[in-house]
Amino acid sequence: MAATSAPLAKTVLRPSANAVGIALLLVLAYGIVPLVGTSYLYEAILTPFLALSLAALGLNLLTGYAGQLSLGSSAFMALGAYAAFNLSLRLPFLPLPVTIVLAGLVAATAGLAAGLPALRLRGFYLAVSTLAVQFFVGWVLNRFAWISNDSPSGVISAPPLVIAGLSFEDARGRYLFSLTVVALLTFLAWRLVTSPTGRSFVAVRDNETAARVIGVKVARTKLLAFALSSFVVGVAGVLWAFAYLRTVEPAGFNLDRSFQILFIVIIGGLGTLRGAFLGAGLIVVLPLLLSRFGAAVLGDGFDSGTLEMCQRIALGTLIVAFLIREPAGLAALLDRAVRCLRRAD
Amino acid sequence: MLAVEALSLSFGGTVALDRVDLSVGVGEIHAVIGPNGAGKSSLINAISGLYTLDSGAIRIGDDRFTRVPTKRLARLGVARTFQNLALFKGLTVLDTVTAGLVDSQSAGLAAQILGLPTARREARAQRERAEAVIGFLDLSDVRDRLAGTLPYGVQKRVELARALVASPRLLLLDEPMAGMTATEKQRMSGTIRAARASGATIVLIEHDIGVVMSLSDRITVLDHGRRIASGTPAEIQADPAVIAAYLGLAFDEEAA
Amino acid sequence: MSPDLAFLVEVLVGGLLSGVMYALVAIGFVLIYKTSGVLNFAQGAMLLFAALTFVSLTERGVPFAGAFVATLGVMVLLGLTIERAVLRPLVNQPPITLFMATLGVAYVIEGAAQLAWGTQVHGLDLGIDDTPIDIAGVFVSRFDLFAAAVAGLMVAVLSLFFRYTRTGLAFRAVADDPLAALNTGLRLPRIWAAVWIASGIVALVAGLLWGARLGVQFSLSLVVLKALPVLVLGGFDSILGAIVAGLIVGAVEKLSEVYLGPFIGGGIEGWIAYVAALGFLLVRPSGLFGVRSVERV
Repeated sequence: MAATSAPLAKTVLRPSANAVGIALLLVLAYGIVPLVGTSYLYEAILTPFLALSLAALGLNLLTGYAGQLSLGSSAFMALGAYAAFNLSLRLPFLPLPVTIVLAGLVAATAGLAAGLPALRLRGFYLAVSTLAVQFFVGWVLNRFAWISNDSPSGVISAPPLVIAGLSFEDARGRYLFSLTVVALLTFLAWRLVTSPTGRSFVAVRDNETAARVIGVKVARTKLLAFALSSFVVGVAGVLWAFAYLRTVEPAGFNLDRSFQILFIVIIGGLGTLRGAFLGAGLIVVLPLLLSRFGAAVLGDGFDSGTLEMCQRIALGTLIVAFLIREPAGLAALLDRAVRCLRRAD
Repeated sequence: MLAVEALSLSFGGTVALDRVDLSVGVGEIHAVIGPNGAGKSSLINAISGLYTLDSGAIRIGDDRFTRVPTKRLARLGVARTFQNLALFKGLTVLDTVTAGLVDSQSAGLAAQILGLPTARREARAQRERAEAVIGFLDLSDVRDRLAGTLPYGVQKRVELARALVASPRLLLLDEPMAGMTATEKQRMSGTIRAARASGATIVLIEHDIGVVMSLSDRITVLDHGRRIASGTPAEIQADPAVIAAYLGLAFDEEAA
Repeated sequence: MSPDLAFLVEVLVGGLLSGVMYALVAIGFVLIYKTSGVLNFAQGAMLLFAALTFVSLTERGVPFAGAFVATLGVMVLLGLTIERAVLRPLVNQPPITLFMATLGVAYVIEGAAQLAWGTQVHGLDLGIDDTPIDIAGVFVSRFDLFAAAVAGLMVAVLSLFFRYTRTGLAFRAVADDPLAALNTGLRLPRIWAAVWIASGIVALVAGLLWGARLGVQFSLSLVVLKALPVLVLGGFDSILGAIVAGLIVGAVEKLSEVYLGPFIGGGIEGWIAYVAALGFLLVRPSGLFGVRSVERV
């Protein structure tokens, strides 16, 4: 009993303990993919996958680890994207990494403000207050034309991705750029969730009263979770705008996007770092699979509208199915599969 | 160490505690007993600041409060367990117990994430302390299990370990032996004595009269939110009011 | 009445009347929240589904009454299916899990409704013309008045149902104390089924009124977002609260749009209700009429 459960327990707070697996993934991502990848692979799959993974990772810090449900993630993506745009426009001398960090800090500051209601509100009330943030940010981005440099309907275009004279402009470059940012932040997030602070996050999530009794600074912990989560989500927004789409408008960061990120976290696994990647993988691949499958079954009748509806249905069904059958998400499924394989050896 | 002065508490018109006094000396094991609904847990919750008092005051050490600030409990040297387990189900036993040391955490977030020497040293010290308490409470076998997946009695011990790890001056235990077998209760009694020996004053809610009589230095009896008696085990056993309200019943139950 | 004052009253009345429509959506939430603690995000999708089904039936030549009855049947089935297939397996899960499940349900219904009936915008004519009528110098939309009357009727019927029928009384018992209700032998699953049916019916009525107002299209399911601040303000568990809060939110939205809009910019109706509701909540955490539960440890 103890022997079979021990790996499960370990994986909850030490998600990336499997150093060999991580090393292999990095070799694959840095060494092999760039040699064999096509620009379709980079642009349609890998880069959006990385940006969404990072956004989900950020939300998971807040919702999965610290237990504060947010329905406004895409607002922080938007803040990150628009802050980076303005910084690179108005302070063009800043190196790109600095711009990205500052954009993350802008999102983190907003996250801190958005977290204030969490000190008094819980559960649904808090979730609704994050919706307020979602709508307010959307309004601000449309309302103040200078934010998008007076472009019609708030459309912004990304500056060139150049770091120290090295250009990351082509599809592979943007993939490698995203990969590096994501790898770095994932490492830091892993350090965070395995630190005493990460422990406090889980303590607040699992039993706020007990956490307060043992001396966890609950208010500070919640605000910290909001700020750190928003930082990561904000940087994900920068990747989304600069590395993936290159041209974005506020409407792209709508409620559907926020739900999408939440769904990634639920499907992947709340409270695990791997979950964000597994969930994002599924979300990115799902429409591609559906359209292949639909075209095969229905032929020409399967247009983009039908695809979108089928995607909605599939996504909703997945959410419900995971919540009922596997609340710990793909991460738990993967663990179980790995354990089965090990036992089979 | 702890003094409760004329404490009254009510929930929307229902009186839970009515001018209750409680006085616990340093190094004492003080049991609070009484029938279900007598207000025992409410008393502990009031002492830990989870409920707002209607009137009265609570003295902990040299500080006197009309509402005990829950977030300063650990700083005041107070730790507690809960009647219905209040564990962190997503943390391993080791992490849960280590979390009990959070109040003395001094390394900042950046130091933790970057793994600076101060943070590493502190983490190692915390871990050693937690391991010691885990060993003391016989939890080494389940150290890496998720607290929420363990049997009830074991979870009770994990909760006690989380409370003990910070070496509290005052330890409030709300039915620490509920649902335990006789052997387990005996071991738990030993643990509580050992905790007292290491310097903690203990307030204990417990239903098992045998355990209470053998373990406690003093006993306070509550009935319907009032204190009906307080004294040594021998005095309590001989108190007619206590026998009428509670002990007679409890002894009958045990005989049955 | 001075023209300024008349204008103010007109704005206010318009706001209150659209507030009735918000309340109508919010009531659907309250029904389910009160008995099962689920914040049903799919309420908006149900509303869309009802309106789409109804309008598609009438467009295919089914008479009004027939379409209404048929849609009613569909909504009852839908409510039962959600309760049986999604909520029952999740019984005893934390409220947030249930909420996320209803988010999934919302996606499924939205997708299915549009897959079945198409994505084009349908007009819905309930046969009430929307000419403003003049009441003491204040112009009021005839349609809004009708909607308010229907909403009022709906609330009255629901109140009668809860006061005088067995199921209704059982519902109230469950809402007051689920454990006690269970002990006295009330069958919770049957009551849950009943409230899901009831909320399906509320969704139909709200869907028809909103559909007539906005046209039947996807954005109809977004009225759920209008109901949320109403719920926050009125408390998730109070029908009276939903009505009063609906009126307040409607009035605040219209007044701020007209009087605040010129200073801080248009389009603030997307968030002003949220900010107002949350601001209120920070002062009074249980909302207008909600019961503040004592935290048990």
